[in-house]
Amino acid sequence: MDFALAAVLPQIFTGLVLGMLFVLLAIGLSLIFGLMTVVNFSHGALYMLGAYFTVFFLGYTRNFWVALLLAPLMVGAFGLLIERFLIRRLYGRSPDDPLLLTFGLSLVLIETAKIIWGKIGLTLDPPRALGGAVNLGFMAFPAYRIFVIAVTVAVLFGLWAFLTRTNVGLIIRAGSRDPLMVRALGIDLNRIWLLVFGIGCGLAGLAGALAGPMRGAYADMGVTMVIESFVVVVVGGMGSLLGAVVAGIMMGQVVGITTYFAPKLAEIMVFVVMAVVLLVRPSGIFGEAGLAE
Amino acid sequence: MASMSRRKFLAATGVTAGAVATQGLFPAVLRAQGEPLRIGCPLPLTGPFAALAADMQRGAQLAQDELNAKGGVMGRKVEVLFRDDELKPAVGAQRTKELIENQKCQFIVGGLAAHVQMAINEQTKKSKVLFISTSQSDEISAKPDTSPITFHEALNPTITSRVMGTWIAQNLGKKWWIIYADYAWGKQNNAVLQDTLQKNGGTLLGATPYPLGSAEFSAHLPKIQAAKPDVLVSVTPGADNIAYLKQARSFGMDKTMKLAQPLLWISYLKEGGPELYADIYGSINWYWELQDTIPSAKKFVEASMKKFNMPPGDYGAYSYSGVLEVARGVELAKSTDSEAVANALRKSPVYDHFKGKEWWRACDNKAMQDMWIVKGRGPGKTKGDWGLMDIVAKVAADEKYDRTCAEKGHV
Repeated sequence: MDFALAAVLPQIFTGLVLGMLFVLLAIGLSLIFGLMTVVNFSHGALYMLGAYFTVFFLGYTRNFWVALLLAPLMVGAFGLLIERFLIRRLYGRSPDDPLLLTFGLSLVLIETAKIIWGKIGLTLDPPRALGGAVNLGFMAFPAYRIFVIAVTVAVLFGLWAFLTRTNVGLIIRAGSRDPLMVRALGIDLNRIWLLVFGIGCGLAGLAGALAGPMRGAYADMGVTMVIESFVVVVVGGMGSLLGAVVAGIMMGQVVGITTYFAPKLAEIMVFVVMAVVLLVRPSGIFGEAGLAE
Repeated sequence: MASMSRRKFLAATGVTAGAVATQGLFPAVLRAQGEPLRIGCPLPLTGPFAALAADMQRGAQLAQDELNAKGGVMGRKVEVLFRDDELKPAVGAQRTKELIENQKCQFIVGGLAAHVQMAINEQTKKSKVLFISTSQSDEISAKPDTSPITFHEALNPTITSRVMGTWIAQNLGKKWWIIYADYAWGKQNNAVLQDTLQKNGGTLLGATPYPLGSAEFSAHLPKIQAAKPDVLVSVTPGADNIAYLKQARSFGMDKTMKLAQPLLWISYLKEGGPELYADIYGSINWYWELQDTIPSAKKFVEASMKKFNMPPGDYGAYSYSGVLEVARGVELAKSTDSEAVANALRKSPVYDHFKGKEWWRACDNKAMQDMWIVKGRGPGKTKGDWGLMDIVAKVAADEKYDRTCAEKGHV
């Protein structure tokens, strides 16, 4: 038993970091879907932009912390533009239309990234202070990865406080329940949608900015991540923020543990788990029936 | 007014049609005399191997320029056409087919990923076009995949991992863990490494496959850390190499075990930086600082410095040599017929384009060549932008490092 725990504990810890990136991406997707019923397929490309913007700002400011702050804000601002000038024209039409639009947009962004930053990926290093490994007792673990966990937890708390403790958060939650009623109360939902889309995109940018020092920045980096993040959203329940968090951490663990026992199955296992969850709970773990139809 | 414009219209179309027709006629006549020698070059220009592919593109361009500066081959201009195989076998086959059928390429030189190169080879065999492969692979020069018009310029996993595996076992330690990309080249290296370790009396603690093109290795590392091997041998090609080394170092594994790999690539040492590659051991087919002792290397480096302002890399050298070998074969055979060129190359198999003497082994068209054991120079020890490696040892070309002709199915 002791032996098994000693083997599994490091896997759980590494899986946790993978899970954190899934959570950040999935929560943005879920937030946007829950309020706007828009399936944002450009999320992976925005994750990629987050990593490239970090490299860019790091080059300008020579300060990792400033770059880590600016990159997600820039991606969020870019998200505002996407909503205002592209997605807004498609409200009231079939939900397939924004899906197709964002899918096309992701292709455009990936190719544009190749033109601007080249087909060869870029590497970036974590700051000196987080460069080494920390001895956790049961293993040596990279300090930067612990930092990723800490940032994600802090952002989740911030988001939770924003949604439950502020007036705007109240309107967002009301808007996802009954948009017609909220409009009837004289609230301009267009501005709320704009804000939510920006926040969702900013979270994708943050995930990319955090992933950069671990994985580097390259144009295709979001392609598999967006698919896995959709799996997380579906497993958690479309539109459920708690579901995105729980399923994101769970999927990180699935990858971590499967890699230990059967590395070849790690990629497939994510989809197997999704299939099993959907068989038992067709709307996902925390999903409400009917929302995704 | 209406009739005027119609007349004008008729006149205009007549002139245009005439121009199109004559344009179609005259250049055809002109073309017949100075028809260039076309060499197709499929490479994974996008994706995790992009840096190596770019190096190979530069190498082939240098060969093309060098040949044309000498007045071409048999008085014909040489044209190398590049296509992106996207690291996908089906795309590689399709691009090769287009190069041969639409672009009228008489020869194919290139390929980088082992599995894509096999698809290219299937296509060249079908079209009866000579193919000089610049990708590491064991099957390409073995039956049933090889053919009399398939040549292999690059090293292969058997040679690389036998040589490097022996060196690691004798110099770095005998308790290994191997991590390898789960595709043709990775699997072949893993098999040869395990075999070599066993022959050297070592112990394998474990071997982990990971999907090629992965940027995330963390989930594999704790298990390896716990096993405490002397050496972690990684078969992580392309951009994976940088992600892997970064993560292995961030887990502090560079402090508890030696890190080594069958192959090092200067393109990735440049990209990853000296800190990442400090004291990482590997083997290499060629390194530009060899120009100090090898005249053909000096010529090659100078041409590259002049055109690209950087020295060529290890894989650029393969494609440079491949294009020059096609030209040498055509001039020897005085023909562009693939079979005649292949026979001519087998008849005078010795050549030296960039690294000293190489030769084609008659049974399998495999290039036999020297190789070197190198390690990354740490920060502060590098020389200029590209002086990134120390040469640790030279391993002279010897057919014994490859499988025998009989083992490869040649009787």
